[in-house]
Amino acid sequence: MVVDTKTPESADLIFHALSDATRRDILLRCLEGEYSVSTLASYYPMSFAAVQKHVAVLEKAHLVTKRRRGREQMVRGDVVVAIEQTLAVLEQFETMWRSRLDRMGQILRETTTQGGVP
Amino acid sequence: MSVTDVQKDPINLTMTIDAEFEAAIGDVWNLFADPRKLERWWGPPAYPATFVEHDLSPGGRMSFFMTGPEGDQPRGWWRVLELDAPRRLVFENGLAGADGDPDPSMPFMVMRVSLSELPGGVTRVRVTTSFPSAAAMEQFLTRGMEEGLNQAISQMDAIL
Repeated sequence: MVVDTKTPESADLIFHALSDATRRDILLRCLEGEYSVSTLASYYPMSFAAVQKHVAVLEKAHLVTKRRRGREQMVRGDVVVAIEQTLAVLEQFETMWRSRLDRMGQILRETTTQGGVP
Repeated sequence: MSVTDVQKDPINLTMTIDAEFEAAIGDVWNLFADPRKLERWWGPPAYPATFVEHDLSPGGRMSFFMTGPEGDQPRGWWRVLELDAPRRLVFENGLAGADGDPDPSMPFMVMRVSLSELPGGVTRVRVTTSFPSAAAMEQFLTRGMEEGLNQAISQMDAIL
């Protein structure tokens, strides 16, 4: 699946999805294997419906995919997308440091000019 | 200045950037050690930084505020973990409340700066930024996310 990680909308969905400890836990489990929503619900002190809502938030952010197996809904984490999202965030820190290093270079050029040719 | 390498590690939540400057190692170190120089590059032009505390020694604290175009003044702090002038500086960097004290509800990141001398009067700078968790990384970004992602970059740049 191709997901554009660069739009503000998709970034918002991802950050919202990852801002909750239960959802992060669900994602980590589902990155390791496929779980039914009812199995997931047994891990947390909350209702089936509440866990289903958490899964829906993760699904909307494209961090997990859902499929039907009989009466069960099976949930699986999307490793590639999860890593892509993290890379997209790290890229913003790269942009920040590139501009800082640029400014450092400008200051150093002034220093060299002042201390160099008379 | 040229950026020579960038490595992003999504598993360990780190970003490493290498750059080379045609300048003496001492001059590059002074960009950190001299608060008047530091505040000229730390924040973007729209958010100039002012360092009100600058103690570059092991365990030392830095405290700064930035002044935004609308007069907003986000605050931040550093805590120096390791120092070996002019080669190595490791510090925590986080957000502060209005009083300038670290905001305990916010995560911080760890920055590792190392300088090395290359032949021909060139100094290489490597900066590694690490986050304690994906949630912490997300928290840093959402601070500036309210006004859209593009602005977030400059705002985040401003706050950090």
